[in-house]
Order: sequence, then C-alpha cells, then structure tokens
Amino acid sequence: MAAVLRIEDVHKSFGGLRALWEVNLDVEEGRVHAIIGPNGAGKSTLLNCLIGRLTPDRGTVTFEGRPLIGRKPHEINQMGIARVFQTPEIFEELTLLENLMIPAMAKRDGAFRLNAWRRVTRRGELMEEAEHILEEVGLAEQRHRVSAALSRGDKRRLELAMCLIQHPKLLLLDEPTAGMSRADTNNTIDLLKRIGEKGITKVIIEHDMHVVFSLADTISVLARGTFIAHGKPDEIRNDPKVQEAYLGGVEA
Amino acid sequence: MFGKTARQDWIFLAIFAAFVLSMPVTLAPIGAGYPDLLQKFAIYGLFAIGFNILFGLTGYLSFGHAAFLGVGSYAAVWVFKLLTVNAVPAVIFAVLVAGLFAAAIGYVSLRRAGIYFSILTLAFAQMSYNLAYSVLTPLTNGETGLQVQLLAQGPVTDYINQDVRILDQWLGVKEVGVPSPSLFGIEMSGWPGFYFAAVMLIAGMFIAQRIFRSSFGMMLRAIKSNQTRLNYTGVNPRPYLLAAFVISGMYAGLAGALLAVIDPLAGAERMQWTASGEVVLMTILGGVGTLLGPFLGAALIKYAENIFSAINEKILHATFAWLPDGLQNAVVEIAGLFVGKGWHLTLGLLFMLIVIFLPGGLMEGFERLMRLFRRRGGAHAEREG
Repeated sequence: MAAVLRIEDVHKSFGGLRALWEVNLDVEEGRVHAIIGPNGAGKSTLLNCLIGRLTPDRGTVTFEGRPLIGRKPHEINQMGIARVFQTPEIFEELTLLENLMIPAMAKRDGAFRLNAWRRVTRRGELMEEAEHILEEVGLAEQRHRVSAALSRGDKRRLELAMCLIQHPKLLLLDEPTAGMSRADTNNTIDLLKRIGEKGITKVIIEHDMHVVFSLADTISVLARGTFIAHGKPDEIRNDPKVQEAYLGGVEA
Repeated sequence: MFGKTARQDWIFLAIFAAFVLSMPVTLAPIGAGYPDLLQKFAIYGLFAIGFNILFGLTGYLSFGHAAFLGVGSYAAVWVFKLLTVNAVPAVIFAVLVAGLFAAAIGYVSLRRAGIYFSILTLAFAQMSYNLAYSVLTPLTNGETGLQVQLLAQGPVTDYINQDVRILDQWLGVKEVGVPSPSLFGIEMSGWPGFYFAAVMLIAGMFIAQRIFRSSFGMMLRAIKSNQTRLNYTGVNPRPYLLAAFVISGMYAGLAGALLAVIDPLAGAERMQWTASGEVVLMTILGGVGTLLGPFLGAALIKYAENIFSAINEKILHATFAWLPDGLQNAVVEIAGLFVGKGWHLTLGLLFMLIVIFLPGGLMEGFERLMRLFRRRGGAHAEREG
C-alpha cells in the first residue's frame, strides 16, 4: 500500500534542545498509525510540524506527494487533513449545530467566501449533514446548546464530529482520550473504530496503551526525539528496546 | 442564532422601523422630540451598528473608527461642492470612499490582533486627524473646515472657496446664495433631515441583521470564539476580518455623510480619538454583539449629553433652592462639575456603573428584567392554578 503521509529526515531544535532528530515515518493509506513514546519524546512537536504550526529545521513532510512544510494551517486543512487537539478546540460560545456548520461551510466554500446575505438556516443540505453527524457521535439532543456547557468528553466528541463533517483523508488525533473516564474512553474507542470503516487514515498520538492496542494497525515508538521502533502492536509489545525505553516502566 | 426564525426577524425589523419613524412623537414626553437630537440618534445609531459588526461579531476593538466618519463627511461635502447638492450622490460617494479608506487601514492593522490592533487603528486615526490639519489642508481646509460655498463666477482658481456643482449647473438648477443639501428639492434640515437619516438607519439595521444571520456573520463569530480552530478548519480569517472592517467603515462613512447632509460643514474634530472612543462607549453601553444594543447606547449617550450639557449653574441653584444657603452653594459647586462642559464626568460614571453591574449593557438589563417578570408571572400563574 502507498504511503499517504511521508516524513523524511525531519529535525527540529529549540535553542540547544534537540526535540526531533532524524525522524522518518511512512503512514499508509487507510491505516490507523499510533505514535507512542514517553513524555517529552517529541510527539507533539512532530504533530505541530505536520500541521504547519512549527517549521522543521530540516527534512520534508509530504501528503499525497505534495509538500506540507511552509503551508499555512488552513491550506493544510484544505488538502484534507483534520486535527483533534489535546484540549478540545471548539467554538465555545456557539451552539453545537453552529460548531458543525462552520467546518461544513469551510469544506464547501474554501478558505474565504463572502456570503453576507443568505440566512444560514436556508443552507438545508449542510444543516442535514450536521444533524446526521451529531446523531452519529451521540450529541443530537444537545444540538441547540452552547458548546461551552458540554462535558469534557462531549467536547472532544464534538471536535471529532467537526473533523468528520469535512470528510478528511487524514485525521490527526492528539491524545483523543486524555482526561477521560474509562467509560468515555471506551466510547471514544468504539467511535473511532466505527469511523475507521470509512477508510480515513488516522495518526494517533496517545499515552493510554489500552487505546493504542485496541485501535492501531501500526505503532511507531518515539524516544528522545527519534523513532526507535516501528511495527504491528504485537511486535511492539514484545520489542525489548521499546520495553526498556517506555513500556517497561509503565506496564510492569 | 438558529433560535431566531426569519419571521421573528421581520417582526423585529417592523417594530424597529415603526419605533424609529415615530420617535418624534413617542420621545416627545422625555423632551427628545425635536429634530436636532433625533438626527443624532439616527446618525450615531448607524455609526454604532456598523461598529458593532466589527467589534461585536469578531471581537476586534477598533479605536479609530471616527476616521471613517470624518472621511465620509469630507467626501460628502466635496460632492456638494463639485457635483450637486442632492444628498444621494454624496451619500453613495462617501460610503465608497470610507470603504476604500477602511480597506487600506484594515489591511495593515489586521496583521495584528488584540491590543496591538486597537493601537494601530488608533494611530491611523490620529494620523488622519493630524494630516487633515496639516498636509491635507487643500482637501480639508484645515481648522476652518470644509463648507459649501457660492458658485464660482468665471474660471475657478480655488476649489475650497469656489464651488462648481457641475451636475446642478448642467441640469440648470438656479441657486440663490449658498444652497443647502436637499433630496430632489426637499431641503435636508430639520424634520426631513431626520426622516432621511431614519430611513438610512432602518436600512442599516436591515443589512446588519442579514449579516448577523448569514454564514459570513457566523464566520465572524467563529473568529471571536476560537481562531485556532477556525484555522485548522480550513478558513483564512484575514479576508473575513477585512470584509467586516470595511463594512463597518462604510457604516461610519454613511454616518459621516449624513452629518454633512444635515449640516454641510466637515471639520477634522470629527476624527479625533474622543469620537472613536465615544462609539466604543455607545456599543458597550447598549450591548456588544446584539442588534439593537448599539443603537440604544448611541441614543442614550446623545440624550444624556443633551440633558446634562444643557444644565448650568442657574438651573442648579434653582433646583437646590430649598437647601440652606451655604449648603446650597456647596452642592451646586459639586454638582456643577458633572453638568455643562463637565458632563463627560457623568458619562464616565454611567459607563463604570454599566460595565460593573451590567457587563452585557442595556440589552442585558432588559433581559434580566424580562426574566424577572416571567418568573414573577410564572409564580403568579402557579398560585392561581
């Protein structure tokens, strides 16, 4: 299978600190690729390099053969990459339905379209799709609530729905279950498995091994700024290098 | 936003229009039923409604909107001088010029957000103000201000003091003395001036309402809510912000043009930072981000200005005549600080009270009252049942 996302020889330092060092990664189409690693391994830095928040000092990142580095966040999104943040980034002052209408409109209208005359409510098909996605993530009853009033788990579900309504080709998830209860975590795993059937490629950064092993097709282990192992979940579980660097301390 | 149906919006607009047009009668009991003051209600209401499209929806606080008001006034007076005293071309031209001016200033200022954006707009407005008094005197006539003048007899050497009014001349309009702006023959001072401004206000409210309910308006509110998410949603906020900035600049230009229509004299003091600050106060006082609030805030401030600045020492003495002499003098002395020229002190107090106790402005006050009544009404109904 072809690699949709290809990271080649990426380096990034902050002052004297080497955050990323010779990072190479191929993410294959339709797969769920987890990136794990101890705190401070450079996981978030890597993600930020992918979405245009940080520019690497060296190296290339390509998506479907097109370079990502140097593009603005909104351009990267327009290429079909959506991101879920560690702390949910949603429009807190707006209702759930509005939260979903905005990405839906952005998908349809592009980066900018001046449409200051027509009522939003007249855009029936977008509204329908928004309602449908809310149904899918189980937030339909709350559609007219202001999203600030949601629980943390629901906020994350909403953010995920906001990404899904755009039908992304690649979904980047930064610790999608951080701070969630066991039940909420399992719900999220189920939800992510369900949307996995739609063939969206996913890159998950996660601490929780339960989540990683229930979702990932491939796991890459990042330690001290570079990948020390790639492989299937079983291989990673039994890799002594990984156990030493990371799992040993946690699982034992 | 979705809570309001199209029908509710039309009803709101109809009530608003009815109220605005009937202000000469309905506001007469509080002493506001005369054209000079009501013109100000309408014009500054428009100014604030436009300002609120930027500040209320996107949260970007411009401290330089008076510049667009001033530019609108100058542009309108120039049309009166060069083309025609008919108000329509002047208004259109002023709105366009203010829009262009806003596009230029907005393009630079919107590279920054938050306080830096505010400072940049303030700096541009003060620059415009100072330029109007110095380099640009050939366009603004400096401290004297730009006025409509007599028609030139023979070749024109000085466009500031000699008017041409090409369009009027071409149409063969006869002028006796210095003409005043008119709308197809109706002179635009007094009541006709108010009704002209009132119609513009209603149109402005209608457009603002459309913007509030449109996908453009939703994007603007998304900018205020979370720019990070908006970026990662594939939206470029900059052009949306610029469009909002230009639209609100055009509202200010329209307000400036109307000031010139009613009194064809444009001076640079309209661009001063105090004027920019005033529209911020109006919007906050009325209720940021609400449709009606900015108009109410503008009306309240203009009304209070009218009342408090008219009070002088004599009136105060008469009011406090029942106090013993020494005490009366002391009370008048203190109260005198808050009236007449010192009425801004009263405005400051009023503003502080509202911001502290009603951060949502007058609109929040109304909402609280409504809730209170509803709860009372509900309790009443329960007892009845």
